[in-house]
Amino acid sequence: MRKMMFSRFLLVFFFIAMPLLTFASEGPVLDHAPIDPNNKESLQRGAKYFVNYCLNCHSAAYMRYNRLTDIGLTESQIKDNLMFASEKVGDLMTVTMPKKDAKAWFGAAPPDLSVEARARGADWLYSYLRGFYRDDSRPTGWNNTVYDKVAMPHILWQLQGQQVLKVDEKTDSHTLVLDKPGSLSPAEYDQMVADLVNYLVFMAEPFKERDKTLGLFVLLFLSGMFVLTYYLKKEFWKDIH
Amino acid sequence: MANQEVDKGKRRFLIAATSAAGGVAAVAVAVPFVSSMMPSERAKAAGAPVDADVSKIEPGAMIIVEWRSKPVWIINRSKEMLDLLGNHNDKLSDPMLEVVSQQPDYCNNPARSLKSNLMVLVGICTHLGCSPSPKLQTGGDMGPDWPGGFFCPCHGSKFDLAGRVFKGSPAPINLVVPPHKYISETVVRIGEDGKGAA
Amino acid sequence: MQKYLTCLLGWVDERFPLTSNIKTHLTEYYAPKNFNFWYFFGSLALMVLVMQILTGIFLTMNYKPDADLAFASVEYIMRDVSWGRLIRYMHSTGASMFFVVVYMHMFRGLLYGSYRTPRELIWLFGVGIFLALMGEAFFGYLLPWGQMSYWGAQVIINLFTSIPFVGPDISLWLRGDYTVSDATLNRFFAFHVIALPLVLLGLVAAHIIALHEVGSNNPDGIEIKEKKDKKTGIPLDGIPFHPYYTVKDLVGVSVFLIVFSAIIFFAPEMGGYFLEANNFIPADPFKTPPHIAPVWYFTPYYSILRAVPPMMNSQFPGVVAMGLSVVLFAFLPWLDRSPVKSIRYRGSLYKRFLAAFVVSFIVLGYLGTEPSNVWGQFGSGVPIVGGLDRATVVARIFGLIYFAFFILMPWYTKIDKTKPVPERLTA
Repeated sequence: MRKMMFSRFLLVFFFIAMPLLTFASEGPVLDHAPIDPNNKESLQRGAKYFVNYCLNCHSAAYMRYNRLTDIGLTESQIKDNLMFASEKVGDLMTVTMPKKDAKAWFGAAPPDLSVEARARGADWLYSYLRGFYRDDSRPTGWNNTVYDKVAMPHILWQLQGQQVLKVDEKTDSHTLVLDKPGSLSPAEYDQMVADLVNYLVFMAEPFKERDKTLGLFVLLFLSGMFVLTYYLKKEFWKDIH
Repeated sequence: MANQEVDKGKRRFLIAATSAAGGVAAVAVAVPFVSSMMPSERAKAAGAPVDADVSKIEPGAMIIVEWRSKPVWIINRSKEMLDLLGNHNDKLSDPMLEVVSQQPDYCNNPARSLKSNLMVLVGICTHLGCSPSPKLQTGGDMGPDWPGGFFCPCHGSKFDLAGRVFKGSPAPINLVVPPHKYISETVVRIGEDGKGAA
Repeated sequence: MQKYLTCLLGWVDERFPLTSNIKTHLTEYYAPKNFNFWYFFGSLALMVLVMQILTGIFLTMNYKPDADLAFASVEYIMRDVSWGRLIRYMHSTGASMFFVVVYMHMFRGLLYGSYRTPRELIWLFGVGIFLALMGEAFFGYLLPWGQMSYWGAQVIINLFTSIPFVGPDISLWLRGDYTVSDATLNRFFAFHVIALPLVLLGLVAAHIIALHEVGSNNPDGIEIKEKKDKKTGIPLDGIPFHPYYTVKDLVGVSVFLIVFSAIIFFAPEMGGYFLEANNFIPADPFKTPPHIAPVWYFTPYYSILRAVPPMMNSQFPGVVAMGLSVVLFAFLPWLDRSPVKSIRYRGSLYKRFLAAFVVSFIVLGYLGTEPSNVWGQFGSGVPIVGGLDRATVVARIFGLIYFAFFILMPWYTKIDKTKPVPERLTA
């Protein structure tokens, strides 16, 4: 019996320990992104911000416009409100700016954003989009607390306003201070970024929430399967015990 | 071993129930695998309806548009061509359009079209899938009796200007009229009709 | 109906040994009646193999082994192919679960001495399967053509460079280019989808044929064939595999599928252990991600590689140690000198060594996923280890324990106090 306990212990340790040993993250402390993948209004606002502010330079070349029906938009709404260049709702979210030009203008080609949220994580994106500050030593005039020496200029500065980085030399801590306010209040701007990040997370895995529902049914079915096979086994093993 | 105590009924029930559940599971697993071989979102987007401007087609001429990687012919039949359509019914395999799968019911009329002069056809032979050549004018290299139509270079199937197949052709049935509708006086949308997208 | 089926079966049996094969491998294959939890993992491994082949076939229908198209084709499968995402997650999760199942299966062998006489060949075929599986995993991991795919392959192929004299040429030959490139991707695809699967299937067949030749071991480590019924010749402690173990394995399959589906539907990345975040960035030969680590199932060996310091300006000793850490499993049948097979009748010495081995395997596995400075450095005042990365020192200690388990085995298994083994299976 003790041997069994020992092996069970190892097994349990193996399964529990694996997910718990998460990556030790280096670099900046990230803010938690207050997003809700089931909030369709937030996702729709995010989609609007995305096509208006991001899709000029960044593509989302694996994402089709008609996937936006998953966040509660109709095809005609998509066509009328969110599509500027493309014609068919089945088209991919591409941009016309050639990569070469982009590289010449920004020093780095803007990455495709289809799966950016899976590569970076929601918290990173949320902190990044709120982490721009004025830095005249940079060619664009902007720097970022999350992504040092970032090539992207602060696209949303008219909305957020202009932040500066205050360094407390005693404690070596950095704080962002709003220097010139933008057209949105800080709370409104945070909400806007949250909507945008919510959308980016959706776009990186558009089927995720829907598949979770299916997953519940699958688990329910398999639980039934387990009960059946358990009693089947018990019935047959009566012969042996 | 206590075989005499075996509850045969219970055992049979459990085997049946587990097999049934296993069968359901197998079918449920097969569904995603089988449907993954259906046209993808990309293929569907590429196969979306296409619009064509018909105002520039001269009477007696045709244009070809691409829909789902297939040639779709739009023929502007002249008055003379339309008049000839009814004269060779005895030479056709299915003049009365009895094989209804070959055209939407709104095109089940003598001209096989929505607007009598404008013929919309999928330009793929119903024999083995070649694309027939247009022989729109009467006579010519098709012989003196030719009323105008299409000739398939692969196996010699002949169709008239309504896409109906002539008797003696290897092709068994008439050419397909795709679902279509006029979204304005001059623009036809191929691949979508009043009933929605194909 | 019944009559026709019997007739058909007779027709087949005259031409193909169907009935006799079903008897040999299922209905008249007598397995010990005391299999426990650990004996689920053999059949589970077979099931995962079938699942990987099936999902793999459907993935190749849409995947493009081309450096310009590979990444996009994976996203195409994830989004545009209907249910493609499910098939892809089944395959990526299946890869990791394959290793979970195989590690459990191997650990069972360690617990009950399943590699001992007369099962040495079963074990060797098994080690072969394990090596082929590692190859499958390595080649397959390049295919999504993300940053981790790219740089992982780059690092592993460059390990071969450290082989004296011929190393650089071997690396070049493996890549088919001066860096990991389209040529590398294309050949890795060939290895992944056809070459290694064929090897794997052959080895699995050999593994099972050898098993059914000598019969299964059991948690008591007793040969059930030594005590047979005088009349029938059937082992007294044996029960037909079918139906008893088929219905039992079905329970194991149900539990496994519950875990498997939970991962697929709710956490396909498994916190970055099954699918890494950096692999959602397309491969960029000009930019290495800040921290690259192999997938979790390779990390114990990777830790050993990192822990060995370069000698004579060469990484080669580390590469040898890593290779050894895998290959040593093959020598177990000849390293173990204990008079008993099962841990149930072994002394405390073996149990301690085995426990130390398991702990070192897990610690090394964990450290392999982390950068070597994860725990900081020892202060410069500390003797011997001053200034070194703490994690590296820990990895060295556990690396030594890992090897000690194998190398000291002939000694500690021989002097260990064992308990008497019963004649018949315990209940």
